[in-house]
Amino acid sequence: MDIKLWINGKLIKDSVEPDTPMLEYLRSKGCYSVKRGCETSNCGLCTVWLEGKPILSCTLPLMRADGKHITTLEGLQSEAEEFGAFLADEGAEQCGFCNSGFIMNVLAMKRELKNPTEEEIKEYLAGNLCRCTGYVGQLRAIKNYLKSVKGEAGNE
Amino acid sequence: MSEYKNVNRPVRKKDAMALVTGKPVYTDDLAPADCLTVKLLRSPHAHALIEDIDISAAMKVPGIEAVFTYKDVPNERFSIAGQTYPEASPYDRLILDKRVRFVDDAVAIVAGESEKAVDRALKLIKVKYNVLEPLLDFRRAKDNEILVHPEDNWRSLCPVGADNKRNLCASETSEHGDLEKAFAESDVVFENTYHTQANQQAMMETFRAYSYMDTYGRLNVVTSTQIPFHVRRILSNALCIPKSKIRVIKPRIGGGFGAKQTAVMEMYPAFVTYKTGKKAKMIYTRQESQTASSPRHEMEIKLKIGAMRDGTIKAIDMYTLSNSGAFGEHGPTTVGLSGHKSIPLYNRAEAYRFVYDVVYTNYMAAGAYRGYGAPQGMFAMESAIDELAHMLNIDPIKIREKNMVREGDTMYAYYGEPANSCALDRCLERARELMDWDSKYPSKDMGNGKIRAVGMAMAMQGSCISSLDTGSVTLRVNDDGFYTLLIGASDMGTGCDTILAQMAADCLCCDVDDIIVHGVDTDSSPYDSGSYASSTTYITGMAVVKTCETLIAKLKHYAKPFLECGEEDMEFNGREIINTKNNKKISLKDIAYSSQNNNDAEALCATESHSSPISPPPFMVGMAEVEVDKETGKTELINYKAVVDCGTVINPNLARIQTEGGLVQGIGMALYEDVVYNEKGGTLSNSLMQYKIPTRQDICDIQVEFEPSYEPTGPFGAKSIGEIVINTPPPAIANAVYNAVGVRIRELPITPEKIYNGMKKK
Ligand code: FES
Ligand code: FES
Repeated sequence: MDIKLWINGKLIKDSVEPDTPMLEYLRSKGCYSVKRGCETSNCGLCTVWLEGKPILSCTLPLMRADGKHITTLEGLQSEAEEFGAFLADEGAEQCGFCNSGFIMNVLAMKRELKNPTEEEIKEYLAGNLCRCTGYVGQLRAIKNYLKSVKGEAGNE
Repeated sequence: MSEYKNVNRPVRKKDAMALVTGKPVYTDDLAPADCLTVKLLRSPHAHALIEDIDISAAMKVPGIEAVFTYKDVPNERFSIAGQTYPEASPYDRLILDKRVRFVDDAVAIVAGESEKAVDRALKLIKVKYNVLEPLLDFRRAKDNEILVHPEDNWRSLCPVGADNKRNLCASETSEHGDLEKAFAESDVVFENTYHTQANQQAMMETFRAYSYMDTYGRLNVVTSTQIPFHVRRILSNALCIPKSKIRVIKPRIGGGFGAKQTAVMEMYPAFVTYKTGKKAKMIYTRQESQTASSPRHEMEIKLKIGAMRDGTIKAIDMYTLSNSGAFGEHGPTTVGLSGHKSIPLYNRAEAYRFVYDVVYTNYMAAGAYRGYGAPQGMFAMESAIDELAHMLNIDPIKIREKNMVREGDTMYAYYGEPANSCALDRCLERARELMDWDSKYPSKDMGNGKIRAVGMAMAMQGSCISSLDTGSVTLRVNDDGFYTLLIGASDMGTGCDTILAQMAADCLCCDVDDIIVHGVDTDSSPYDSGSYASSTTYITGMAVVKTCETLIAKLKHYAKPFLECGEEDMEFNGREIINTKNNKKISLKDIAYSSQNNNDAEALCATESHSSPISPPPFMVGMAEVEVDKETGKTELINYKAVVDCGTVINPNLARIQTEGGLVQGIGMALYEDVVYNEKGGTLSNSLMQYKIPTRQDICDIQVEFEPSYEPTGPFGAKSIGEIVINTPPPAIANAVYNAVGVRIRELPITPEKIYNGMKKK
């Protein structure tokens, strides 16, 4: 089947099998930040944005992206660095395998929620599993990051 | 503030920015696109003999390169446990065997050009099984007439009390003092049985490896492993080819927690490449990582403790029965920790005995998981001590203060090793303050049908395997005066590459950035037994200290003709070597360049190894506050306090994250993680849906503090941190639940059902 989509702003026209999973397709196009951690939609490692909204690329057939824009961490490098620095300053990047999907969701949350409470943060990111950090360091990083972007916004 | 420039400071991990920006640094990101896809046909039976296997239809599927069965593999048994040779784990495996020993055991290897072709071929393999009765009760495994390993070429290399004709993977008795007398003199004797379940490490990156033949006709294997050097030996044993023909490379790895201390699947792609000459890749699904992997050993522990009425503990008698499953990886060694890491906490006891059996059954083989066997023993011991305290009407803190190990002790149940550094008493005191124990113990009725209560546990671990684990590093000065640190230990996300560089930087008076680290490649890295047994900081760290000393001595020696003085009159300040008599200097840069011109580059390279006759324990105290619903038994963990003595903290950030991450794994083990089987031996916990690990929303307030001691035999006074941190939650939470509703849970996990049933019975 023919498909047309944008990956990180780049237009791609391709012919693919109708059941091509989005996750494996994105990796085959060089978006290696997208990881698989399960087959049951439980881990959140595969999170990317479709039209700016976070989705699980493991469950969505590629055809659903026809005519649409997909964003992966490769397309958000400077923001990833900015938030990632807070993560790194906690040592909370650890093995890093969950980081891409987690960061995609943090950056989406930042756009969606104004001044989220701790509960709201946990709820928004509930689908992102991490086995290394115990989540506490990730939470510290998020809070510091939100504080800093808020500070910047206030200075404008 | 730290007295050091790099050590004891929260230095950022060297690989951090690559990881947070999603760079392709893991095994599957690096694999060539044209690798053959390798998958396994797995057994539907827990115990069977393959009578006939027909691969002809599968071979005809377009794109299929090879199908291998037990007829194609060497008939030499080996172990896939990552341990120093000769391994304590028995040689009981073949790559593929005629006998299958658990549901999902490997039956055939299929390799093909695409996943689709391989999946089709898998369906077309016809197998006729002679289905045998499985051995599914580990309590009846010893001397059962069903034998899991009846074969004659089964071998045990070490005297661990193994006997395949009795289903015994290991057995041993150790003791100290006059046990009978100590029990006879005790005022009270407490006795009970505890059970800990199997757990999955559930690292986010499942098992995976790819392989190819290189320019020199050698088999190269890139794998997500904690044990590159052991993988080289294991593959050499499995394929029956010389080690010199194998190279193993470890890129970044997405978590290990001990799972990857077993070469669970490297042999399959390696065998395909070896046979076909083609690149091959295998990625375990989450399901395979849950059903055919290397989970924690299930154990049953019987404890008998003799004590005086004032709480003085006189005698400890422990029997552990460990379920090794179908194969013996880490079976003989994990079990030892259940006693050797729990009994010495109560080192004032006059006598102890520790007996164990490790048995084969027809379940998936167990392996290494953070804590090894210590969490199992700690659950039993720390639950029992609380039970004893209640029996004697003594505060759980008081009974521990009275009996616990202290600095300067000789720990009889810990191979007679000394407690050179031990801040356990301070950890307990600080945790008590942090938790506000005295006002919260034992419980408080919240008036809304819920009760809040606190519970505590102590723990210890080791810092290496004494006289066995070996770490080495190589350090080179490069032409601009920066250093390359070649490391044989596997950084599995925990940050060992960085903390080793921190230590090197302090020894060499430079910045962490002046030290380039190079992760593991068995062709170029110096030998390291691997990242396990909590040994990297303590063992490889000491290798770094020694290597730096040697390198500085070499630099000074090299500088002699330039400075015209002996080494005793030289000083190295990180940038230059100075003749302290006349202030004449030569810079490191000039030495580096000069050595290259003088054909003497060797002068600026040093390698040292380290191993230790002792394994100094880190210590800690964990305290849990829970809220239990009196109606339903539903239990919520409100907060957790942990105070850790890991000696000098090399990197406070990384040590804190290790602690938090380990505590949360321990909380999962305490409350819900459980490998569950059906009556036929099949694993029901076959996904992250069925096997629940803690999510962000399950996690309460966790507070971690360090109460450092100084370990004289460790680098900069450091001990280990990686494993001890998982030990306290199961007993601390069980004790808190008891303090809340008077229900004693002796079988993990502590589910609302068990609490509810316990409340009903009262
Ligand atoms: S891969 Fe696990 S949720 Fe998508
Ligand atoms: S950092 Fe390893 S899984 Fe999250």
